[in-house]
Amino acid sequence: MIRLLLDLALTHIAGRGRQTVVSVLGVALGVGFSIAMAALMQGSQNDLIETLVEEYPHVSISVDTRNPRPQPGDEAYDATAYAGLRPREDRRGILNPGAVEASLESWIPGRLAGTFGLQATARLGGNDVGVSVVGIDPDGYDEVSTLGENMVLGRLADLKATASRIVIGDGVAEKLGAQIGSNVTISSSLGISRVFKVVGMFNAGVAAEDDVLVYMLLKNAQTLAEQPSAINDIRLSLDDPYAADAVANRVEKTLGLDAKSWQESNQSLLEAIFIRNVIMYTVVGAILLVAGFGIFNIVSTITHEKARDIAILKSLGFKAADMRRLFLVEGMAMGAAGSVLGWILGFGLSKLLATIRFEVRAEVEMTHLPVDIDWRHYLIAALFALISAGIAGYLPARKAASLNPVDIIRGAT
Amino acid sequence: MTAPLISALHVTRVLPGVVPVTLVKDATLSIGRGEFVGVTGPSGSGKSSLLYLLGLLDHPTSGEIAIDGRTTAGMTDDERAEIRLATIGFVFQFHFLLPEFTILDNVMIPMRRLGRRSASAMRARGEEVLSALGLGDHMTKRPDQLSGGQRQRVAVARALANDPPLILADEPTGSLDSKSTDAVFKILDDIVRKDGRTVVAVTHDLDLAARMQRRIHLVDGMIVSDGASGELDQDKAPLTQN
Repeated sequence: MIRLLLDLALTHIAGRGRQTVVSVLGVALGVGFSIAMAALMQGSQNDLIETLVEEYPHVSISVDTRNPRPQPGDEAYDATAYAGLRPREDRRGILNPGAVEASLESWIPGRLAGTFGLQATARLGGNDVGVSVVGIDPDGYDEVSTLGENMVLGRLADLKATASRIVIGDGVAEKLGAQIGSNVTISSSLGISRVFKVVGMFNAGVAAEDDVLVYMLLKNAQTLAEQPSAINDIRLSLDDPYAADAVANRVEKTLGLDAKSWQESNQSLLEAIFIRNVIMYTVVGAILLVAGFGIFNIVSTITHEKARDIAILKSLGFKAADMRRLFLVEGMAMGAAGSVLGWILGFGLSKLLATIRFEVRAEVEMTHLPVDIDWRHYLIAALFALISAGIAGYLPARKAASLNPVDIIRGAT
Repeated sequence: MTAPLISALHVTRVLPGVVPVTLVKDATLSIGRGEFVGVTGPSGSGKSSLLYLLGLLDHPTSGEIAIDGRTTAGMTDDERAEIRLATIGFVFQFHFLLPEFTILDNVMIPMRRLGRRSASAMRARGEEVLSALGLGDHMTKRPDQLSGGQRQRVAVARALANDPPLILADEPTGSLDSKSTDAVFKILDDIVRKDGRTVVAVTHDLDLAARMQRRIHLVDGMIVSDGASGELDQDKAPLTQN
């Protein structure tokens, strides 16, 4: 039965050769461009997320708390108001880092590194630059960040050789006029100053880091803040970056510290990606809807032209549902043919886009448009096309099914 | 007593509209197996309308039609389609063959829809019917490669494909020359005499009607006479109205 309907459907659409080709090409273009566009969008999205996952800690644990700690007055009075209060220290440290890190290491699926951060001023000659100092253990930190890979001059391990060494962002170096071997004075907000020798420079590709960060040994940072043994950040690198939310939640529950996953830290960016995807699929849907009109047009024409065939088939004993299926099959056949052609076109376009080379920045090597070829895009585009074709075929099919054969036979004889 | 193959009881068909048109009025008849019945009458007398009602292509406004003892009142369109597929074969004045398909493919369409035979059995049955109608050499041709008479014979072959007990023919020779008319009539006659099927044929051709066993004559949608052709031929009154 299905074979018979297919034979009838293919005979009908083959009889409208040129119109069929135009309709199928309409669907193919819609599917092809949507696949290429999706590949490009997905590629850039993956690129961005990869950067986020690589450059930022998967989970960042700090001494801040999501809710302010209760003040003594809150316990004494029913209603309290505070104004002008300032903490004794801008950033309290985790005073027992060994115990905290040991607790985390017992269950976290990944690696961690404690750091101590503070705001400071870097000075070289007459140049003063506000910087964020990060005290690290170079070996541990190398395992949870890409700092080692981002070094453009010197090595991260050079920090360990003697106590007074720093690694700075190439933006900081540019502002200070510093070079490898320069002696830079770092002054903390407590007025403690020490001179450090620049032993390395990095470029993370993120201005917020390259223009601001200065890395030194953990104990040096603790000294500048007069908080020996304390840390105020723990950076986690997880085996599965997408488990970051769950890990962050558990850290908050067990340790009471503020833990932010990379997704939470970049929530607005991820939301923007989501909105961009919604816009993309809306556009793709609109393209395929327009392609559907072509199919609607041809199936409508066929039902009009083949009214006699419909009448005779119904008089032979075909049911209304058979007629609906027949013209639905015609619409779907064109949708399917368009989808297959669209797949080929989309694949070709994606490959072509992937070969386009361009230069982003002088210091970054020549790169390509990020293209991600994903079978799901092919499936979604074909599904859109088939649904569109199905609707386009169903409307005239319903009309064909309702034709009264007697009216047509009378008119024909 | 066996049930008639087809029966109509007080069947009326009125086309609704600002001025309703009565196509068939209070028709009552009963046709048994192996009968060759001619339906005659002047143009617009409701011959074809009666045939479409008997063939379940149209719904009566009132009255009942039964096929092989099964009343069709209250049947769904799908149930009526199933009866048409297995029990009734239609032949129209225009052949209504699908032009893109070969002769054999056209004949096989009802069998493929019914789906009771294997592909090879369907092909064998199609070849058998076409050969019996003298079209054995034309099976791979398309309808536009055949003469009018040959096309009409293909239409008869298609009507016979599912081996139905009832053939309804609406002016089957209306567009044929005398030679082809004779050929098609002979085929219909053989279907009745040799196969024992029932044929109900609408015709304007009085000579042809006279050669059928029984004739039902309509005027203004009403059956005015129903009897053996010989008896009616002796009383020419109904025919003179044509």
